[in-house]
Amino acid sequence: MTDKHPSEAAGSPVLARNCSVDTVVAAILFVFGAVVVFEARRLGAGWTSDGPGAGYFPFYIGLIICISALGVAWQARSAKTRDEGAFVDREQMGRVLSVLLPALIYVFAIWILGIYVASALYIALFMIILGKYPPIKSVVLAIIVNAVFFMMFEVWFKVPLYKGLLEPLSFLGY
Amino acid sequence: MEELNALMQGFAVVLTPLNIGLMFVGIILGVLIGVLPGLGGANGVAILLPLTFSMSPTSAIVMLSCIYWGALFGGAITSILFNIPGEPWSVATTFDGYPLAQKGKAGQALTAAFTSSFVGAFVAVLMITFLAPLVAKFALKFGAPEFFAVYLLTFCSFVGMGKGSPFKILIAMAFGFALAAVGMDTVTGQLRLTFGQTELMRGFDFLIAVIGLFGIGEILLSMEEGLEFSGKSARINPKVVWETWKELPKYWATSVRSSLVGIWMGITPGGATPASFMSYGLAKKFSRSGSKFGTGEVEGVIAPETAAHAAGTSALLPMLALGIPGSPTAAVLLGGLLIWGLQPGPLLFVEQKDFVWGLIASMYLGNLVGLIVVLTTVPLFASILRIPFSIIAPVIIVICAIGAYTVHGAMLDIWFMLGFGVIGYVFKKLDYPLAPLVLALVLGDKAEDSFRQAMLVSQGDLGIMWANPLVGSITSLALIMLCWPLISKVLAMLRAPKVDEFAAQRPVD
Repeated sequence: MTDKHPSEAAGSPVLARNCSVDTVVAAILFVFGAVVVFEARRLGAGWTSDGPGAGYFPFYIGLIICISALGVAWQARSAKTRDEGAFVDREQMGRVLSVLLPALIYVFAIWILGIYVASALYIALFMIILGKYPPIKSVVLAIIVNAVFFMMFEVWFKVPLYKGLLEPLSFLGY
Repeated sequence: MEELNALMQGFAVVLTPLNIGLMFVGIILGVLIGVLPGLGGANGVAILLPLTFSMSPTSAIVMLSCIYWGALFGGAITSILFNIPGEPWSVATTFDGYPLAQKGKAGQALTAAFTSSFVGAFVAVLMITFLAPLVAKFALKFGAPEFFAVYLLTFCSFVGMGKGSPFKILIAMAFGFALAAVGMDTVTGQLRLTFGQTELMRGFDFLIAVIGLFGIGEILLSMEEGLEFSGKSARINPKVVWETWKELPKYWATSVRSSLVGIWMGITPGGATPASFMSYGLAKKFSRSGSKFGTGEVEGVIAPETAAHAAGTSALLPMLALGIPGSPTAAVLLGGLLIWGLQPGPLLFVEQKDFVWGLIASMYLGNLVGLIVVLTTVPLFASILRIPFSIIAPVIIVICAIGAYTVHGAMLDIWFMLGFGVIGYVFKKLDYPLAPLVLALVLGDKAEDSFRQAMLVSQGDLGIMWANPLVGSITSLALIMLCWPLISKVLAMLRAPKVDEFAAQRPVD
């Protein structure tokens, strides 16, 4: 991946460096590996009369994760191998969050309103707020796209999609 | 020869109007997927997999493999026109493809790319036709220890041949195995790593992981560069095609060499990307105009494309004959086969002859149909990328969400998809390879099962892994691969290291 990003040259402040993110991720993975190891020991990581217990494989998997995480953390901290490149700068983070946060809200909306309604709202709002399109055009396009999906999935493929906790489309009878 | 007979029968199975129609639909969807960011080959196949549940396995695999071809072709379009590699293995195509487009010779570059893809894939399918039954017969001798040895070799070669920190490769693999272990244990029936959550009883489905890692993750990654796609326009008219075709036979040596490199590397896992770089490097060394590579040499497009497609196609050989996928997309196809109740491996050739030879026959046809479709519709696909990102991005995410939901009909899977998306974004940025993660997720249960069966037979004696020459050699090779990073460091200290000039540009995939 490129180290010198145009926006970095232009002076957008670096939010995190690769080596620090590496260390944090390694720490999280170490915890994950430890959890796997503990769970494996609970299941029985040794030999039963039928051969390896249910925890045998996961035990070593967890162990590999923990040891490798330590290795990654060591590489990230030691001066020879640490990667000083920028992980993300403010401009990039802004752009990524501008997609990630709406996506988060979208998935929450799917849970409440179901896939079709949530998708229509998502596409329309994305176009209006981030794409700066006129509201009428966005709403119409969003409704058309979701009507197409509805026909494709409910009617043609007969694959029912999630209708949400509130089931706003129940009047359609599907 | 009995292979040709079987192949002819396969053609008979495949040449029904429904299957031919599905081929065209598959190719078009595949190219579309290959062209759009966030919907790469593995992800696209994963999303469309549940839709094929209602079809017969033969029709379904025909359509899915055509989607696979389409995605292979589509990656070249974005590489040449937009300097954005659609797939990791199309990176090498950008080296000479984009300069050619900048010089106004986009049509020539595209024709060369598509035709060499066709040639590479064709050679690979020929190889599969004759080699697959042999490999399958050979694999019938495999017992549980042999299978585990091959799985071990697969994963160890990721560590041995992978780029980047071996620790990160190990973590990616182990993470995949850990995720695969969640849920009900196949041997004892105990619930593992579920922590009392009934929703986790099902475990993590590789399809959800693929859609999240390769779909959402890639969209987040492309977002960093901003919402603009500006590229060169391309017109392919028959004259340009003819002119380019007249030129291509000049480079027959490059094509042959690249195909062989591709086939060899495709059979080993993670092959298509290194194959394209290796053949580009070789072509540059051996070509008369090698010094001009990088400024827009047609040969610089032929070499990587031939190799990448040969590799992508031959990745299907170990998948069919041994049940070991050579790439994430092949892993998804493998998952599909398992879902349809087909056991890939040597028995597939014996028990499901129609299916296997139908699939192989469809590879020939799909390749040809793909070439025709792609040559005629390039301007259409190129213009799709000009639809503003603020319209395409939410639509792609909606498609991913729908895809994630249709796998099990579970809302929780959509949340998991988002989680995997963030993981994919962070992992890609930190150079954690995703291919071993996906392979471990798909193969985890099977690898563990064969290990436990082997241990059962030997009553706990690890020596069974060296019990006969076959197992012993595979296991030893696996261990050598595992320690290769250490060994190569030692070797490098003893003699001057070879400079890998593309090391900086080669993606960790």
